[in-house]
Amino acid sequence: MKYSAAQILWQGLTGNKGWKPAWRDPAPKPSYRVVIIGGGGHGLSTAYYLSNEFGITDVAVLEKGWLGSGNIGRNTTIIRSNYLLEGNQPFYELSMKLWEGLEQSFNYNAMVSQRGVLNLCHSDGQRDAYARRGNAMILSGADAELLDAAGVRALCPFLEFENARFPIKGGLLQRRGGTARHDAVAWGYARGADRRGVDIIQNCEVTGFDIENGTVKGVQTSRGAIKADIVVCCAAGSSSRVLSLAGLRLPIESHVLQAFVSEGLKPTIPGVITFGAGHFYISQSDKGGLVFGGDIDGYNSYAQRGNLPVVEDVCEGAMAVMPMIGRARVLRNWGGVMDMSMDGSPFIDRTPVDNLIFNGGWCYGGFKATPASGFCTAHLVATGNPHPTATAYRLDRFRRGAPIDEKGAGAQPNLH
Amino acid sequence: MIINHPLLGPRDASEFTYLGDASLIDRPDGGDIDAFHAYLHLRDNPAGEHRELWYHEYGDRSWLVVTRNTLTHEITQVELARDVARAKGRSR
Repeated sequence: MKYSAAQILWQGLTGNKGWKPAWRDPAPKPSYRVVIIGGGGHGLSTAYYLSNEFGITDVAVLEKGWLGSGNIGRNTTIIRSNYLLEGNQPFYELSMKLWEGLEQSFNYNAMVSQRGVLNLCHSDGQRDAYARRGNAMILSGADAELLDAAGVRALCPFLEFENARFPIKGGLLQRRGGTARHDAVAWGYARGADRRGVDIIQNCEVTGFDIENGTVKGVQTSRGAIKADIVVCCAAGSSSRVLSLAGLRLPIESHVLQAFVSEGLKPTIPGVITFGAGHFYISQSDKGGLVFGGDIDGYNSYAQRGNLPVVEDVCEGAMAVMPMIGRARVLRNWGGVMDMSMDGSPFIDRTPVDNLIFNGGWCYGGFKATPASGFCTAHLVATGNPHPTATAYRLDRFRRGAPIDEKGAGAQPNLH
Repeated sequence: MIINHPLLGPRDASEFTYLGDASLIDRPDGGDIDAFHAYLHLRDNPAGEHRELWYHEYGDRSWLVVTRNTLTHEITQVELARDVARAKGRSR
């Protein structure tokens, strides 16, 4: 069923009896052309673009829990394309363009809101770095504006401009950045893929791979064996666990990242704001809650919950840059498990096992990448070649000495 | 998390910085590029018991090998990394 204003009117006149579940709940078939492990944002968008752009509809998405139960439902919903390096920025700009047409493409309201992303700078050196970054963004076709302190003040008069240690000198603004309704992104992709015949199979955990002569032939699951010509692993957060079943060791550590939401407030914060002197970022949801976060906890974890030192650090960042929210109460906080890679950049690549494709290592930047990640993974599956914007996301790049290290922190995952 | 330091007793984890898997003690000798690549970049990243290196940066600056469960954050054993390395014959 296509959603439209006419449909709402018609259903309203006929007692709303015609609405159907947005996707089916099929039992797994014995074999598929493509099996995707992981029914989160990236797995579902891969299935969506495979079926809608590349004409491959004999696809199953296997999800261990329920659809969208991982990081697609646990992030801070920010979309942006403000990277520096050549291996990253064109990819994230492709993602931004896909976000802009997403709702029309999959006929679902994902509440994409281009309310702007503002990165604050607090020193002359940081302003120079942002000027360089802005130029890199513009070269890739993205938009960027360098604001001086007066420009930031006009946009966000409530910030702490005269902080003795971290005065605000200006900011880098991407007006096309913003936020999206994260769950609706998963639901929209699931519905869009399901409408083309993709089977989305929930409560189906992959327990092993069937590998013959170095080629994957299918997967073992909690709901039986499933044969496949190509298997795609989109299980970021648990990539190491899943691919260890295929005998692979990855350049990844799993870390916990916490996020926070305050009680609902009247509209206060115009877009996404990031503090440049600590690690703190904040936006306001359409329900009014302030959604914010900071650093990862910094130690290996699969626990989906963090510890108090990071809570304190995030709140200190908030008070340093935006003291007006000091009286707001935190309503909830939670943690998600991230694939932290050795250079802070992701992987979309073949693996040493033939016909097994890996999508992961998204660190804490996976949400904004959801559309391009799915598109580029589907491109790799369908054509056998990487998409032109994703050629650097190779699994062997450390061995070749070609990391994509935005921060320049080296092979230390908890510093990215 | 509280790390029970072998010399100083229970200390808050925020006094420490985290390096990673304790196998980083076993640095291979130079020459074999593949072995060094694996040492530097590849990790087991287990869900469950994990032996890992913590540095008491805001304390006595000792390196510890902490055995911790990555699913529950429960710490079951804390050793001086010096002792672990000596037991492996890596130090005098």
